[in-house]
Amino acid sequence: MLARKRYTYIGYLYILPWIIGFLVLQLAPLINSFWYSFTNFQLLGDPKFLGLDNYKKIFTNDPTFLQSLKVTSYYVLIAVPLKLGFALLIAIILNQNIKGINFFRTLYYIPSILGGSVAISVLWKYLFMNQGIVNNLLSVVGIPATDWLGEPRYALGTISLVTVWQFGSSMLLFLAGLKQIPVSQYEAARIDGAGRLRIFAQITIPELSPIILFNLIMQMINAFQDFTSAFVITQGGPLKSTYLYGLMLYDQGFKFFKMGYSSALSWILFVIILFFTSLTFRSSESWVHYGDSL
Amino acid sequence: MIKSKQSVSRIISYIFLIVLAYVMVYPLLWMVGASFKSNQEIFGTLGLLPKQPVFGAFGAGWAGTGQYGFSTFLYNTFLMVIPTVLFTVLSATLVGYGFARFDFPLKKVLFVTMLATMMLPATVIIIPRYIFFKRLGWLDTYLPFIVPAMLGCFPFFNFMMVQFFRGLPLEIDESGKLDGCNSFVILKDLLLPLCKSAIFSVIVFQFVWTWNDFMNVLIYISSVAKYPVALGLRMTMDISTEFDWNQIMAMSVISILPPVILFFAAQKYFVEGIATTGMKN
Repeated sequence: MLARKRYTYIGYLYILPWIIGFLVLQLAPLINSFWYSFTNFQLLGDPKFLGLDNYKKIFTNDPTFLQSLKVTSYYVLIAVPLKLGFALLIAIILNQNIKGINFFRTLYYIPSILGGSVAISVLWKYLFMNQGIVNNLLSVVGIPATDWLGEPRYALGTISLVTVWQFGSSMLLFLAGLKQIPVSQYEAARIDGAGRLRIFAQITIPELSPIILFNLIMQMINAFQDFTSAFVITQGGPLKSTYLYGLMLYDQGFKFFKMGYSSALSWILFVIILFFTSLTFRSSESWVHYGDSL
Repeated sequence: MIKSKQSVSRIISYIFLIVLAYVMVYPLLWMVGASFKSNQEIFGTLGLLPKQPVFGAFGAGWAGTGQYGFSTFLYNTFLMVIPTVLFTVLSATLVGYGFARFDFPLKKVLFVTMLATMMLPATVIIIPRYIFFKRLGWLDTYLPFIVPAMLGCFPFFNFMMVQFFRGLPLEIDESGKLDGCNSFVILKDLLLPLCKSAIFSVIVFQFVWTWNDFMNVLIYISSVAKYPVALGLRMTMDISTEFDWNQIMAMSVISILPPVILFFAAQKYFVEGIATTGMKN
């Protein structure tokens, strides 16, 4: 055992690409953006130190920020739980010895390959237009046409559907996790007379909890930064009802070239994400179960 | 009695799965159908299949309206995506091997750092990166995509490879050492052939992500001659009138084909890769 402890320095050579990448393309930009967030950096000219002015303006004098924060919170609260809940439900159904599981699994996964693309955003726009196919279908059952993308009440929900539609990637991870739960556990519970719901609550959920945690955190981080569908389908409108945080960062940084101000916005988002991630991790101590099978 | 109750719930499951499958795929089928419909028919009817198929949309869309046709955008996308994917595979393999098989000072700290960067939001570093690449004169080139791939800046893939290498028995390495192979030969000749499923997973994921990437190309690529499909498609949509609907649908279909084809070609390895490297913590 002790002989193993001899260091093999050649390991550094293998991880060298990442070390350089981390220092130059991740750590340095992180420090830089923190510095920019206290300046009036505008791409041309040298940044001037402003102290906390950017942050002060964001919190006291920027209605767009509050609106975008509100929209983004709704979006994360709608899209992430729906997507994960759906992914879990379908994974559980698929896991009961369904014939043709490969067929369904593949089919459900396809939207995850395409979802982030511009093509799908374009398609969504056409589906939910006033004269689009969704309204046509609904009119068959007598539901009056709705302006899915033009009405502030509905636009964010319509955008969220693109995200929920991509539940396949999370479903795949859940399925892989379900396959690892020993059958003996289910059998033991059944012999004890446990019903379906109890088995779900006392075996399936605890055994899957590490994967639920992983999915929850990754989906949350992604959702806070989502961009493409809102940008292409609605451009943040109508009345900024789909103005996700990513759109605001893009506008400030790359449309108005207020690099300093945009950096400050991005650090606020970073802190928000950090807060919710650590909150989730904190809470996970009480609900995530690390069995020996994992 | 119990048996029939079970089979009833089973039938309900199947019905649910089939209906769901139809709802999920319907938009895509509609898109394919629409690209063969005339513009009058696209929104006038509910059927997926065109009543009178029109084949002109693909040709007209492909030729484009402006100076650059869709073939240019498609070619550009491959020019950007293929090196990015190849370098990602290369760097993730090396870094994964390094972390999985060697002991060196600070390894734990470095590994945890790498895991932490998985959670670093891309939006926080996007502005300084942009400025850095601008100073290097890399704007309007594909280097902002290729160089980060070379330098292992996709911690997710590094981590996947670490997990996969950890799953391979150490005896393989030891037998290699006895035969006098150095560590690189062990990686190249002994371990790599066993990594197929993990490598295919990296290829599929990274291909799809880079192919679909919109925010980064929007920021870095400014001249139409270098547009990948994501930008080309949006530009076409923005300048289009209602007379081009079927052309845009046709080009959308073409633009999603390469990721779909790759996924089906690599599917066997891909699903295996997720299951084995999976999220075993």
